Amino acid sequence: MKKLIYIFAGLMMTGFTSFARIIKVGKQQQVRSISQAISLASAGDTIWVENGTYREKNMVINKPVVLLGINYPVLDGEHQYEIISVKANNVTIKGFRIENTGVSSLEDIAAIKIYSCSNVTVSGNIFKDTFFGIYSQSSVNCLFENNKLTASAKTEQASGNGIHCWKSDSLRIIGNTITGHRDGIYFEFVTNSVIWRNDSHNNMRYGLHFMFSNNDAYISNIFRNNGAGVSVMFTHGVKMFNNYFEENWGDASYGIFLKEISDSYIIGNKFLRNTSGIFMEGASRVRVEKNEFKDNGWAMKIQASSTDNVITRNNFLGNTFDVGTNGTLVMNSFDHNYWDKYEGYDLNRDNTGDIPYRPVSLYSMIVEKNPSAMMLYRSFMTSLLDKSEKILPTLTPENLKDNYPLMKPLAL
Amino acid sequence: MKKITKYVLTDILRNKIIIGYTIFLLLISLSLFNLEDSASKGLLSLLNIVLIIIPLVCVIFSTIYIYNSAEFIELLVSQPLKRKQLWLSLFTGLAGSLAFSFLIGIGIPVLLYAATATGYIMIAMGLLLTVIFVAIAMFAAVIARDKAKGIGLSIFLWLYFSLLFDGLILFVLFQFQDYPLEKFMVVASALNPIDLSRIMVLLKMDTSALMGYTGAVFRDFFGTNTGFIIAIAILLGWIVVVFWWSLRKFIRKDL
Repeated sequence: MKKLIYIFAGLMMTGFTSFARIIKVGKQQQVRSISQAISLASAGDTIWVENGTYREKNMVINKPVVLLGINYPVLDGEHQYEIISVKANNVTIKGFRIENTGVSSLEDIAAIKIYSCSNVTVSGNIFKDTFFGIYSQSSVNCLFENNKLTASAKTEQASGNGIHCWKSDSLRIIGNTITGHRDGIYFEFVTNSVIWRNDSHNNMRYGLHFMFSNNDAYISNIFRNNGAGVSVMFTHGVKMFNNYFEENWGDASYGIFLKEISDSYIIGNKFLRNTSGIFMEGASRVRVEKNEFKDNGWAMKIQASSTDNVITRNNFLGNTFDVGTNGTLVMNSFDHNYWDKYEGYDLNRDNTGDIPYRPVSLYSMIVEKNPSAMMLYRSFMTSLLDKSEKILPTLTPENLKDNYPLMKPLAL
Repeated sequence: MKKITKYVLTDILRNKIIIGYTIFLLLISLSLFNLEDSASKGLLSLLNIVLIIIPLVCVIFSTIYIYNSAEFIELLVSQPLKRKQLWLSLFTGLAGSLAFSFLIGIGIPVLLYAATATGYIMIAMGLLLTVIFVAIAMFAAVIARDKAKGIGLSIFLWLYFSLLFDGLILFVLFQFQDYPLEKFMVVASALNPIDLSRIMVLLKMDTSALMGYTGAVFRDFFGTNTGFIIAIAILLGWIVVVFWWSLRKFIRKDL
């Protein structure tokens, strides 16, 4: 028993001596600036920043500390500086309002830039008019959650990306709202990461820009009204689940633009009111399942360079064109979807139509070749052409058909 | 003139075919709005009726009416009346009564189910098309003395505007596809009242499809307020020019 008490007392002692300190920063406190607090701090300390405006040029965090803002103290970069540079592992930055970084066309100036670190958490901050918001460079296992990034981009040159990740691994990007940047979220050479529950809207270029980033997942995000939608390129093993792609308008605007993608999954997403829901170029072995395509110009545009994709159990509702393509060779499967334009019958009542459905209309082929023909949209002439083509297909690809179209929409 | 217009109007409105036409339109539009799950879809189906059926009925009915009232016209011409007044009142009577049945048959259901900007534009376009095709019918009737020939000509004109013209456009598009044709398309659409009214309704309705470059050119031109006024002016121009031409033929015609 005595031994136990000694051990306990010993533990208490060591505990007290190794307790992290709290350094308070504020106008009424001894420490007035955050940079000073960082130089005073040792590993594991918490820097408690009270309300106020801090103009400290560039702050370098080179120790594993927690930077905690109370009532959103403002960190102002005076339109010149990179505000926080993280150069240590295990740093947490929480509860700040970070404003006015510099803008440069030579350097990527960010509000918070992480230089080759691991386990950095950026959580619950408000970013206003920053060039780049959060910039992760060669970092591992970082968490960016519940941040709100707002910029007012005018041109692509003079604006940066909201969350920019380069050559990183195992990132978690959760619950952020990004608007007014060039790209909402930018991924290049980022692997094994997850993008979850973010809302990226009204960005200049892409809501999500994604390149050479293998084995990532993006789940339950909203990408709305971005200049060119979402772009996923040169990647394999991407999982895209339960996202919303909405109202991405314009001639070169897509719900998702897929280029050179392989072995990926697009499941349970909603594509609403986009010019093109999915645009595929050079995509192979992509599984498109249980998605809803509603009120798009083209639900899917699949270039002839795409092979072995499986499009199954989706709902196609109220799209102007269901599928568009540019060649006659088709090596993808389109079976078991629901198409609201299907006019066939189901004699044995097994909820599967008895004659195949051809989602590519002659008119959409004509428009693909000659966009000016859009003027004849919904004219008597084109519906007549489409009808005759349906009976005797000559120009539309023979193999592009759903052999087992569903009679009723799937409950998605 | 008022008296003749009034006579023609009451004569046509009592006509069984016109009553049938009105009821037919009313039934179709009510059932379309009730069948489709959304009002905008109903409007889209109704667009086909407005663009195809209405010109056809207007053109055939008006041609036959003019031929059938040949004796009445001859009688009135022998009276101290100007031919211009006679022809104008026939036109007003025909156009007025057909427009009236369009308003009841399609206007009222649209106002009830889809009183949106698209709905209003569609009613306006339907009315203009009605009047334009009455003018075209009178032109066909005044050119050909023979009734069969006249009806054939008016059906051909309808076929031309609703089908052949688009075919020609498609042909031109493919023959000259290496050239920028967007501006040409805007001009071409003005040459066919059916195309023009279709584009006007679609610009309000199905924007996602017309997004491409041509769509942008069309929207820039016809989508603005000035463009809208220009389009209406072009359609009114169709009425005035075609009617004026038929009037000239009628004044000089040896009855």
